[in-house]
Amino acid sequence: MSNLNKKTLSHLDWLESEAIHILREVAGQCSNPVLLFSGGKDSLCILRLAEKAFRPGRFPFPLMHIDTGHNYQEVINFRDQRAAELGERLIVRSVEDSMKRGTVVLKSEDESRNKHQSVTLLEAIEEFGFDCCIGGARRDEEKARAKERIMSFRDEFGQWDPKNQRPELWNLYNARSHKGENIRAFPISNWTEMDVWQYIEREQLQLPSIYFAHQRDVVMRNGSIFPVNVPLTTGEVINQPKAGEEVISMQVRFRTVGDITCTAPVISDADDVSKIVLETATTTITERGATRLDDQTSDASMEQRKKEGYF
Amino acid sequence: MTVDIMTTPQHNDSLLRFMTCGSVDDGKSTLIGRLLFDTKTILADTLTQMEKTSKKRGMGAVDLSLLTDGLQAEREQGITIDVAYRYFSTGTRKYIIADAPGHEQYTRNMVTAASTANLAIILIDARKGVLTQTRRHSYLAHLVGIPHIVVAVNKMDLVDYDQAVFERIRADYLAFAEQIGLQRAGHDITFIPLSALNGDMIVDRGEGLDWYTGPTLIDLLESVPAAHSEQSEDFRFPVQFVCRPHASDDPELHDFRGFMGKVESGEIAVGDAVTALPSGQTSTVKAIQLGIEQLPTAITEQSVTLLLEDEIDISRGDMIVKTGAAPEPVKQIDAFVCWLSETPLSAARTYIIRHTTRESKAKVGEIAYKVDVNTLEELPTQGLAMNDIARISFRLAQPLMVDAYSRNRATGAFIVIDESTNNTVGAGMITG
Repeated sequence: MSNLNKKTLSHLDWLESEAIHILREVAGQCSNPVLLFSGGKDSLCILRLAEKAFRPGRFPFPLMHIDTGHNYQEVINFRDQRAAELGERLIVRSVEDSMKRGTVVLKSEDESRNKHQSVTLLEAIEEFGFDCCIGGARRDEEKARAKERIMSFRDEFGQWDPKNQRPELWNLYNARSHKGENIRAFPISNWTEMDVWQYIEREQLQLPSIYFAHQRDVVMRNGSIFPVNVPLTTGEVINQPKAGEEVISMQVRFRTVGDITCTAPVISDADDVSKIVLETATTTITERGATRLDDQTSDASMEQRKKEGYF
Repeated sequence: MTVDIMTTPQHNDSLLRFMTCGSVDDGKSTLIGRLLFDTKTILADTLTQMEKTSKKRGMGAVDLSLLTDGLQAEREQGITIDVAYRYFSTGTRKYIIADAPGHEQYTRNMVTAASTANLAIILIDARKGVLTQTRRHSYLAHLVGIPHIVVAVNKMDLVDYDQAVFERIRADYLAFAEQIGLQRAGHDITFIPLSALNGDMIVDRGEGLDWYTGPTLIDLLESVPAAHSEQSEDFRFPVQFVCRPHASDDPELHDFRGFMGKVESGEIAVGDAVTALPSGQTSTVKAIQLGIEQLPTAITEQSVTLLLEDEIDISRGDMIVKTGAAPEPVKQIDAFVCWLSETPLSAARTYIIRHTTRESKAKVGEIAYKVDVNTLEELPTQGLAMNDIARISFRLAQPLMVDAYSRNRATGAFIVIDESTNNTVGAGMITG
């Protein structure tokens, strides 16, 4: 075998370097990009990658959060704190504003607002004229994502056409778009959940507290652990238990943070990052399978949502 | 060997990208499913889903090929239409699999998958031996410069694990490899008999193949150098972005000019003499940074920021190289081009060529011939349709700093973009 003596990067260094390269290609090719930032673990990794890519300069893009209004206060506070520490501009656009405008209409009061983020995102893209949105999606999350490009083209309706994707070869990314069209860029496409946690550990990244084991009131609903009586930043309390459901206090953590109404925690006593890394290595359930109630509806539900402009 | 993913992977491990070539009939999906299954990458809920689907489709055992079953759109048509990327880890190494459909109509997908791979597994059905598609896959892997070829002779269980069958296929393949020059310097071919269905010689050795003393597939994957495959050690640093934080209040940053990019080949150290291309201006490396962290050196595939001693004008699309080892900026290139678009190449049109971080308008010069990917014959041609591979020259509006693809994949590769649609319509590999 050849090249035995060549110096090579470790797998985390390789993934980091690839992601930095992608972020810089976005900065070099796009005129008005934006970084989608939720306060979740994947987007916190991307913030660290952006620091490594662009410091001592400022980020060549603002941060933006599409807020469903149903986010854990710990995550929202963390989001604001992190943006302030970095000294970068944070834009927040909310699904509730889209509801007031009448562009989002819920079928019922307690319908998950997760999929409606697409509408608010497209409205924000139009408002600011963004030509590229950087996101933290990973190909290992779901099979509709396994075929996603690193630079993914969306038409003027924000739609993804799985049959008509741009070929992507070597590291020659094509982020060109015409006015009104849009590129979604995924710098951590090639990362797995394990890579994310290892990177968090190595970089000693701070995370919202709900990622770590804590006591929480839950009920068992449709075979999943469902968090109940969750206070919002507005003071409102959502996820009321239904009649007949028994509220129990459990030690849990979240593997993924999203809309409160469709994100389930897992039972865990991992209260620091190294324990989470170990738990991730030995888990038997996929990240989305364990925690995303909205992906369980059908085998193709992610693919369907992506076609409609979802991230 | 058993792979123990229950131990936490070490941070100082490596990463290998490989591709699988073959059709569903060769057991490609089963092979990938087996790799993921035996390395415990498939988790319980995915397995449950697969069991359900297997039952629904009237199958007895869990069909491992369901793992690579992709999009709804594909399931409806019963075909694979696109490259899928999959991941697994053995604790010592992380793997990225590019899974490309094997049919002739998907030459473009194979080229896409091959472009980022350092190893290709070429599947052969032991009952069928070396077929036309084997030749096609091998030629494409060779064309796209994959340094390590693994010929996996699958379905050995269906030929009673007969060593003679394996040896005959090996001899046939080597004769063909010789013919196309597959084993050039730095490239290697390894043969493994296996049964993906039974899991023989994938992770475990199984029972029927005692006569085979070579590595299992996973042993081989673990031992292949993960190093970048570039033959060239010349330093190549295409500039992606220039950092000038002049608005900062920090006087130290006032004159900061950082050239951001990725080391595509070679190494660089503080104090090295460098030349900026195409201008030809020279300077010395003052500092190498990753974010605000100072580094003494940077190696291939590392994304860094370079600071130079002298104030010279460098922007995105320029290339920093070591003085004395600079490529010649050229305004004409000869290349093998794989056409990717449903719209045929038009010799009358102007295209955009993107090479490293640089773009140039380009016009087709001459189409020398196209290659029949099944017979490897060179055929005269006027045009180029989707999945065609041809030898073409382009005239360029801007100079590009190129190396031969066989010496340097990163600076020998380019894509062709149609300006009207912005689609990527061609993939090129520079000859010479």
